[in-house]
Amino acid sequence: MSALSDLALLPLEPGSAAARPTPRTRLSGAASSLSWALSDVGVLTGRALARIVSTPEQVLNVTVQPVVLVLLFSYVFDGAIRLPGGGNYRDYLIAGVIAVNMGAAAQGAAISMAVDRTTGLVDRLRALPMSRAAFIAGRTLADLVTAVLAAAVAAGTGLAVGWRVHGSPAGIAAAAGLALLFGYCAAWAGACVGMLARGPEAAQAVGLTVIVPLSLTSNAFIATTAMPGWLQAVADWNPVSVLAAACRQRLGNPNPAAAIAAWPMRHPELASAAWSLALLAVLMPVTVWLYVRGNRR
Amino acid sequence: MVHAQGLVKAFGRTRALTGLDLTVPAGTTMCLLGPNGAGKTTAVRVLTTLLRPDAGRALVAGHDVAADGAAVRRSIGLAGQHTSVDECLTGRANLVMLGRLSRLGRRQARDRAADLLTALGLDAAAGRPVRCYSGGMRRRLDLAASLLTRPRVLFLDEPTTGLDPASRLSLWEIITDLVAGGTTLLLTTQYLEEADRLADRVCVIDGGRVTAEGTPAALKAQAGASWLRVTVAAGAPLSPVATALASLAAGPARRLAARPGLELPVVPRPGLVADAVRALDAAGIGADDICVRTPSLDDVFLALTGSRA
Repeated sequence: MSALSDLALLPLEPGSAAARPTPRTRLSGAASSLSWALSDVGVLTGRALARIVSTPEQVLNVTVQPVVLVLLFSYVFDGAIRLPGGGNYRDYLIAGVIAVNMGAAAQGAAISMAVDRTTGLVDRLRALPMSRAAFIAGRTLADLVTAVLAAAVAAGTGLAVGWRVHGSPAGIAAAAGLALLFGYCAAWAGACVGMLARGPEAAQAVGLTVIVPLSLTSNAFIATTAMPGWLQAVADWNPVSVLAAACRQRLGNPNPAAAIAAWPMRHPELASAAWSLALLAVLMPVTVWLYVRGNRR
Repeated sequence: MVHAQGLVKAFGRTRALTGLDLTVPAGTTMCLLGPNGAGKTTAVRVLTTLLRPDAGRALVAGHDVAADGAAVRRSIGLAGQHTSVDECLTGRANLVMLGRLSRLGRRQARDRAADLLTALGLDAAAGRPVRCYSGGMRRRLDLAASLLTRPRVLFLDEPTTGLDPASRLSLWEIITDLVAGGTTLLLTTQYLEEADRLADRVCVIDGGRVTAEGTPAALKAQAGASWLRVTVAAGAPLSPVATALASLAAGPARRLAARPGLELPVVPRPGLVADAVRALDAAGIGADDICVRTPSLDDVFLALTGSRA
């Protein structure tokens, strides 16, 4: 198979165009690195999305789970939950489901990252001349896209069972922006957990033990005023609560949380943005550092 | 092309590398030979910038692995011990993705992937997801992935472990063709035969450092002679066998570990086995099986370290 030795042959003259692949030399050093980094992110996001699409369980998470959640709470709990100050429960619920879905992006991110790490793909990529942050950036972007799809399904189901939005287009855009930011933050949190977990099962376990309490000790499904004092304090500062309250405010949905004295409930949009940005500021460098450091063995 | 000096790496209490020195001249093939846990994979990971050494330096293609990792990564190709491609994507999609991440343009990556798939005989399977591939096919895909950028130095970590004999032979042919083109190759293996076949020089690694270095022929000569192995029925006495064959042997006999019998060090020559059979006949001993075998990894270790691997 002499074809192979030809393919592997070193060039006779260094840098001859046909022989060694060279980086784009049109741009200057820094701009070239950035353009390659963006290309890396694009390639990896595409790959992560292709993987999600080809894994039936992940697709179910995006499509079936939000529907089930909305229907469950709309029909089973509707009569049992009274909102302080009145208001339609379904109008109240949907923003909460969207907020929870955004938070749950962490789960998928953690598992996917753990899978990639334990199957050796991360090691192979770390030995390539590609930008080091690009892998996680691509991963988290794909997880964000998945979360957005799940939220869209939830919203669609909500509309089907009677949810109505009363906000201005600017308001809707603001709510969407905050939700995206939080979803991105959750994806980075998941990636961080995935880098630390021993394997996919461990990542899944961590995800579940964090996400379920986080979702329930919030105002996503019920108003926090019914909780005991200390729990209400926790729930009022919970980023999921803050996002849900901000979305309700902007979408013109009933928001009994606005009456609560806690600062995040008084200024939910600011608080939501602050939560997400603060978490990102910590998670991004830590996760990249974990990636660069690599496995123990 | 690859130069390592005093590499030390410990994981908690496990001391994986304890002062490894290594030099691989450009265009040659070096084989790291050693049992599991000797430090071969750790050495490869340090040289490919996946791990930072606790002490020591290493230069790959003229760049320091600690200080100038990016430049090292641009010059190397790595096929690790466990095939590390994306199982859900097709073979072709994997190569194109890795090509683009290796700084090839979109079209360049596609063309290069197509060429490599053809050269490695993966054309027919290129459109199927990798999870459907056999072990041999995955290794070939892994090898293709490591060749995308025409690396100056190629690292192969146990490339044929776990493969059936036919796949192993096929991969050896591929690797031989590859290095004919001038690529510097560092491979690790547990099998002396593989080192014999592929390497210009061999480093025997044990306990995280190099215990012997030389050409395969020199190492085998160091390991001692070939062995005449005689298998007898269970429970049959062995000392008459040893006595009968003493004149043919070049040293003391030793018992076989796995089955009843013994083996004696011999110098291989034509007619040796026939003489052995005649000697046993003359002594009235019936042997189940008799053959000559070449030095194994165990023999090399026994000779070099005085202990079993």
